[in-house]
Amino acid sequence: MSHTPLVRVSEVSVAFRGHTVLDGVNLTVEPGRIVTLVGPNGAGKSTLLKVAVGLLPPDRGRVAFGARTVGYVPQKLVIERILPLSVRRFLAMAVRGPVGHSQLEDALTLVGAGHVLRRQVADLSGGEMQRVLLARAMLRRPDLLVLDEPVGGVDMAGQAELYDLIAALAHRDGVGILMVSHDLHVVMAATDEVVCLNHHVCCAGHPETVSRHPEYLALFGPRVAGSLAIYTHAHDHGHLADGSVLPLDPDHPVHQHGPECHHG
Amino acid sequence: MDEFLLRAMVAGLGLATVTGPLGCFVVWRRMAYFGDALAHTALLGIVVGLLLGTAPLVGVVAVCVVVALLLAGMRRDGRLASDSLLGILAHGALALGLVLLSTMERVRVDLMGWLFGDILAVSWTDAILVWGGAGLVLILLAAYWRCLVAMAVDEDLARVEGHNVGRGRIVLMLLVALSVAVAMKVVGVMLITAMLVIPAASARRVARTPEQMAMAASVAGALAVVAGLAGSWHYDTPSGPSIVVAAVALFVLSRLLPGRAS
Repeated sequence: MSHTPLVRVSEVSVAFRGHTVLDGVNLTVEPGRIVTLVGPNGAGKSTLLKVAVGLLPPDRGRVAFGARTVGYVPQKLVIERILPLSVRRFLAMAVRGPVGHSQLEDALTLVGAGHVLRRQVADLSGGEMQRVLLARAMLRRPDLLVLDEPVGGVDMAGQAELYDLIAALAHRDGVGILMVSHDLHVVMAATDEVVCLNHHVCCAGHPETVSRHPEYLALFGPRVAGSLAIYTHAHDHGHLADGSVLPLDPDHPVHQHGPECHHG
Repeated sequence: MDEFLLRAMVAGLGLATVTGPLGCFVVWRRMAYFGDALAHTALLGIVVGLLLGTAPLVGVVAVCVVVALLLAGMRRDGRLASDSLLGILAHGALALGLVLLSTMERVRVDLMGWLFGDILAVSWTDAILVWGGAGLVLILLAAYWRCLVAMAVDEDLARVEGHNVGRGRIVLMLLVALSVAVAMKVVGVMLITAMLVIPAASARRVARTPEQMAMAASVAGALAVVAGLAGSWHYDTPSGPSIVVAAVALFVLSRLLPGRAS
């Protein structure tokens, strides 16, 4: 059975003015899977997203697209006040052909922004804009959603709701999701694969695996990395005060390893 | 009404029809400096036209199109044509055009007419050319409207949604180049950008959609043409600047309106 992933990035390198931003990066997004990019500022996360949606041709490497329709949410979108544009129109623009009023309202309600349909886009707050952008991407009925910090500027309660919505899109509707996020703990719980990026892919795999990878620890430091691990551990073991493993089940003296887990 | 005033009115209204919608894109995409640069290089186009012995308008269209394509290419490889670069191009081209024109002794050039417009000397042929050019610009605008509006919102989103952004950019720059050629006779190279920017900015206050703004800008431009020509007729003032003064007055009035979507 041959199947094409929604997008496959192979050995991609990108340089801006001689400064290497991406170096031999591989990435694959399959239907129904959530792939989350983490990494420090300037690590090339947004650049990789732009390569993966075809906005930026790589200097080296290949990008193969299997997705039919892509929904894209940029990190930030500022619409000048001089451009008169209602939210309704902004949403309708994303869809080819006519789109019903109720369809637009439903999409906004899903992202918790049902009240802004008649507002001008320039009058939206940062958090409202992010919600509208997500609704707009969903209206395209994409099979691949690419989200660059989709909940930036959204209030705490809203963030959790939006991540639940994104998880449902992937696990219920089979949409492939590629996103950048800084909200390590919230995201990790619902992510199928974490890619830790710092120009090159430091490590990738299941959140639990990545959160214990030495390169990941080096990149984020033990404090951040540790707080993450608490949320993603399968907790078949406890930890002593010094962090060493305390077996919970006497039949399994050491904690379980995932399939991609290479540490001792 | 005297016939020359009628001709001026016809040409001016033709110009306003096209600078309305096109000017909206100029303000949405912050292309005012780009418009200035093109308008000022139009003077070089006149020189080229005179040197080649063709009608000046031919030289203007040729030079504007070439410069527009060069600028479009510069933007595509990611190195944005910065404000200062456009400023250098605009004023460099204007100065070079003036210097070259002054050396051409065998031709008598109505320099003031080219710089500030001589709408009252517009012939019926000119008026037909203005409407022909305006018609062409409007047809192209209509054909690319969806793509151009999507690009005005955000180029990345437009591209992901399947719009041909590279072609859209070239079309828009060519349209501005064409409108410069159309506008030159009416308001002159110094004031072309004013006809693009001011009616569009005045229209913002009464519009809630891009289309409303485009139409309102055409109406504002047309009002400015009528009021400006009337003023020029009554007070014996130069026609191009009078039209622009009327446009500015309209803009000030529009700011006093109660805002629908400020």
